[in-house]
Amino acid sequence: MAKIVASVNVSHVPAIGAAWDNKKTDTPYWEPVFKGFDFSKKWIADLKPDVILLAYNDHASAFSLEIIPTFALGCAAEFQPADEGWGPRPVPVVKGHPVLAAHIAQSVILDEFDLTLVNKMDVDHGLTVPLTLMFGQPQEWPCKIIPLHCNVIQYPPPTGNRCYNLGKALKKAVESFPEDLRVVVFGTGGMSHQLQGARAGLINKEWDTRFLDNLVKDPEANTRIPFIEYVREAGSEGIELVMWMISRGALDRDVKEVYRFYHVPSSNTALGHLILENKR
Amino acid sequence: MTETKDPARIEPTVGFDDVPGTTLFDAQRSRQGYHVNMFCMSLMKAANREEFKKDEAAYLKKWPMTEEQRDAILERNWGRMIELGGNIYFLSKLFSTDGLSFQFVAATMTGLTQEQYAEMMLKGGRPIEGNRSKSEWQKRG
Repeated sequence: MAKIVASVNVSHVPAIGAAWDNKKTDTPYWEPVFKGFDFSKKWIADLKPDVILLAYNDHASAFSLEIIPTFALGCAAEFQPADEGWGPRPVPVVKGHPVLAAHIAQSVILDEFDLTLVNKMDVDHGLTVPLTLMFGQPQEWPCKIIPLHCNVIQYPPPTGNRCYNLGKALKKAVESFPEDLRVVVFGTGGMSHQLQGARAGLINKEWDTRFLDNLVKDPEANTRIPFIEYVREAGSEGIELVMWMISRGALDRDVKEVYRFYHVPSSNTALGHLILENKR
Repeated sequence: MTETKDPARIEPTVGFDDVPGTTLFDAQRSRQGYHVNMFCMSLMKAANREEFKKDEAAYLKKWPMTEEQRDAILERNWGRMIELGGNIYFLSKLFSTDGLSFQFVAATMTGLTQEQYAEMMLKGGRPIEGNRSKSEWQKRG
């Protein structure tokens, strides 16, 4: 049977992708950021997942304002890197797992989560920057990747509680798939940051730290964070953190914290990174 | 401090309008800014970027925006574009066309130079203390 073994949570700041693509990873500004992923690269190379189920948000790349799905599951065999206005990132094409994705759709929709299913979708920095941080720049990504887009651009996004419960439904779906697959769930975006208005540049390390601590030991506490608290405390774009609740819901209640990294600044953002493993 | 009337705020959600220096991009504002954002989206194609650069005002006429919205775009008044329904991720297509970065645009919206803003970020960013609610900003004057 397929099994969820771990979660990887990580910010997806576009400037990190640009720094990598323009070979600026050893500058004084970026060096500590990339060094923070040395452990993670080794960890995931040893783990060798078969599939990554990756929760992220599209940033006006695949979805404009014509259609705004709250949750959209990528069911295609391939997803091309998006041209976000400065040409596509020079990264490998993302290979999906259509059979597992279809199984997830079947299970999760009957579990009362009304997913939008997408068979054509270019993937932007929200999905590719986490892959760069974890795998560097291989010729091909080393495993299959199922994208799960979550709207956090037009408010209100789904609540943290809804995301946590979706994670639980995803776990049930994956773990009823007959093939022996090792699956890692990614939650991306965050941590505190605000890109707009007179309050731009907001960082709230104390709040971020509490969110991380609770994510490990008391995820239910995070499910009680109302939408407006994310915006007020973590910034208008810090709301992306609800996606870390999807990956957390997909794990067991008791988990092992394997690695944590937190760094300010990464462009306008507090970069956060947390790896959790199921104990079984 | 007198609040300017905001046409997109018909039924404010509790607490929504109390976050200082922040425009919340909800369904109401998304409707208000629909054409601004869809114009920005059009700039993802190289041919459209060229056409826009050749004659900005003429290109903008293709979208039924308000005069105010059009002026804010032509003046590159990023804060005003956001107030009138623009969303930062859509506006990023416009400032990328201009060759500007997220950090440059964020800095202009806060009234800092990019250098000052970058320095603030290096020192740990804008602190949350004093920046949680409008009443804190009013006290500060």
